[in-house]
Amino acid sequence: MIIKILGSGCKKCVTLGDNAKAAAEAAGKDVEIVKVTDFAEIAAYGVMSTPALVVDDRVLSSGKVLSAAEIGQML
Amino acid sequence: MNVFGWMNDQLLRMQWLSDLVTAGVEWVGLDPASRIGGSVQFFVYDVVKIFILLSVLIFLISYVQSYFPPERTRRILSGREGIGANILGALLGTITPFCSCSSIPLFIGFTAAGLPLGVTFSFLISSPLVDMASVILLASIFSWPIALAYVGVGLVVAVIGGTLIGQLRMEGQVADFVRTVPVLDADETMTRNERIGFARDQVMDIVKKVWPYVLIGVGIGAAIHNWVPAETISALLGQDKWWAVPVATVIGIPMYADIFGTLPIAEALVGKGVGLGTVLAFMMAVTALSLPSLIMLKRVVKMPLLVTFTGIVTVGILTIGFVFNAITHLFI
Repeated sequence: MIIKILGSGCKKCVTLGDNAKAAAEAAGKDVEIVKVTDFAEIAAYGVMSTPALVVDDRVLSSGKVLSAAEIGQML
Repeated sequence: MNVFGWMNDQLLRMQWLSDLVTAGVEWVGLDPASRIGGSVQFFVYDVVKIFILLSVLIFLISYVQSYFPPERTRRILSGREGIGANILGALLGTITPFCSCSSIPLFIGFTAAGLPLGVTFSFLISSPLVDMASVILLASIFSWPIALAYVGVGLVVAVIGGTLIGQLRMEGQVADFVRTVPVLDADETMTRNERIGFARDQVMDIVKKVWPYVLIGVGIGAAIHNWVPAETISALLGQDKWWAVPVATVIGIPMYADIFGTLPIAEALVGKGVGLGTVLAFMMAVTALSLPSLIMLKRVVKMPLLVTFTGIVTVGILTIGFVFNAITHLFI
């Protein structure tokens, strides 16, 4: 599973990435975390506010930092 | 003494802080009326004042902003046309991001959803130019009439600029990939605590991002305030010089800073007798147009549209500069 974190590389994006990783590990899934920082690429997902969470090219959230538990429910 | 006047002096202008800093400068053995003492007083007072106001204002504004995520703004604007839509776009621009860098994803999202180009540009022009924090800061440093006039003319530039771009039918001048961007609609509701958390995060983020600009701006302001002779400034930017407004605009356009960094410079320039219109033109040129934001915009629009946008905004800023210089006596 590929998890993409869309954002300019701010602290919130790092936190979101860590939470996503923790959630995937808790679910026993093998994941790769990819950081997308280029705004054109970010916008190409239709995202207008960052950080955003994209799992297997599907946008799960934008504009907020989800907790590991919240991400776990979505996976 | 009337209550409103007291509140304005103490809470907004922070007269108590100025007195406190003056006392502090005297206490370390400097004369506040001397050049060095005066520079130190200006620098410390302005830095502390701007950071206090900045933090409080960004917190309040972000709280309001949490009710208007970009998706909602887009929903409000979609399906509207004509001058009313431009006015609405310009108004919504005042309660959205502070930095022109965050408006590019909004531009893409709005255009992809089929919003008229003119409405999107009204939003895009007003977004960095006018926000509620800058209004209060302008009121703090200058006065309420100047702050309100700034908002008024900022909105007029955004509405007219957007309308003109809409009239020119330049829809084809948007980068091709923008058309293929999917339109996502998020319908998020936040709890009160989430809004408070969001506002607190915004304060941290923005203060972290703007503090160098504020220090540089106040430093330049302090230098102008105490070291540059008024004659030099007025020879270059004086009220009687027809080129004052164009020079201020041309210097301001490539610069990248936000309103918080430009205000102390504006304050010092007005103190040296530079016309209000010249100073407003400088501030608007710095915030509305900058090299980094134009470079980013270049990636989402084609050259003719970029040139049109820059041209219209520049003409708008020049007009405001000349008009304000002509009617300065109404404000100061």
